[in-house]
Amino acid sequence: MALLKKYQLFAAIVAADLILSLLRPAMGWAAAVNSARFVGDILEIVPMVMILMGLFDAWVPRKLVEENIGPRSGLRGMLLAIVLGTAAAGPIYAAFPVALSLRQKGARLANIGIFLGTWAAIKIPMILLESNFIGMKFALVRLILTIPGVIGVGLLMERFIPESAIPEVKAARAVNSTGT
Amino acid sequence: MSSLVLLLITLAALALSYRKDPERTKKALLVSYRSFMALIPSLLGMTGIIGLLLALTPPEVLANLFKFHGLAGFALISVVGAIITMPAPVAFPLAGTMLRLGASYSALAAFVTTLTMVGTVTAPMEIQYFGKRFTLVRQTLSFALAILIGALMGVIVH
Repeated sequence: MALLKKYQLFAAIVAADLILSLLRPAMGWAAAVNSARFVGDILEIVPMVMILMGLFDAWVPRKLVEENIGPRSGLRGMLLAIVLGTAAAGPIYAAFPVALSLRQKGARLANIGIFLGTWAAIKIPMILLESNFIGMKFALVRLILTIPGVIGVGLLMERFIPESAIPEVKAARAVNSTGT
Repeated sequence: MSSLVLLLITLAALALSYRKDPERTKKALLVSYRSFMALIPSLLGMTGIIGLLLALTPPEVLANLFKFHGLAGFALISVVGAIITMPAPVAFPLAGTMLRLGASYSALAAFVTTLTMVGTVTAPMEIQYFGKRFTLVRQTLSFALAILIGALMGVIVH
């Protein structure tokens, strides 16, 4: 039962894919191929991110994170959160475990928001791609607008999200270890 | 390419860690393994949804959305971008096609921003890590930011 509950979303999607395959075989096939390709993309990145996160957890002292992007890190902490976000590889779902590790080591909530936003929206290779397909001016203006925007989102998040609304470190650890 | 770099970095970090302290490295890997296993159900669910949505809305259909002009079109495109999540190598060529079809720079900027920052399909995973409140607030604010960027873009880039 617990297994079924864990995979209920996936089971529902598989059922939807099957129904689609009966009604529109080409679309059903496309859905399956798309999903399989994404699983491949994920397997290229996520296991490595998880290993790095485990090592980060084991080796990086809490004090280091707290001092640099913690509650009293100010503007320097925000800029550092941006640098960390742009330097990272992979789609936003790869950022969640990393952000959780940072949070558990004492990063400020606003900086977590900034880190996630940067990871999602700003990446150097992506800017080249964007200039190629849409235009250099477009890519640069969007970048210049996005940086302060992401900082604003982080600061507002800190305002609107009480510390108590985020699962406790212990609870988060439980989430991390339910897969045994 | 970038995943190869990631692999090399990971292997180097792992080797370094193992040389310094094998026991600690083993414990770290156990943490990694557990986190990964805990993530698998939502990862599978998410890839399933993305695959299904992309199959139901082929690029031609998406590009057609950009034929709606004005405020309604702008809103529609932002919402579509917020629902779907696409890897950048797929998103930018698509955006390029939309531009040729006559999409405005504002609509494209809002679309690209919601596409990357807001994701209803990644929401279950975000909730698993940070809770409902965090996810809702972050995604709402990011959506507002995308609209703002789109609007400003319309003024700055022609």
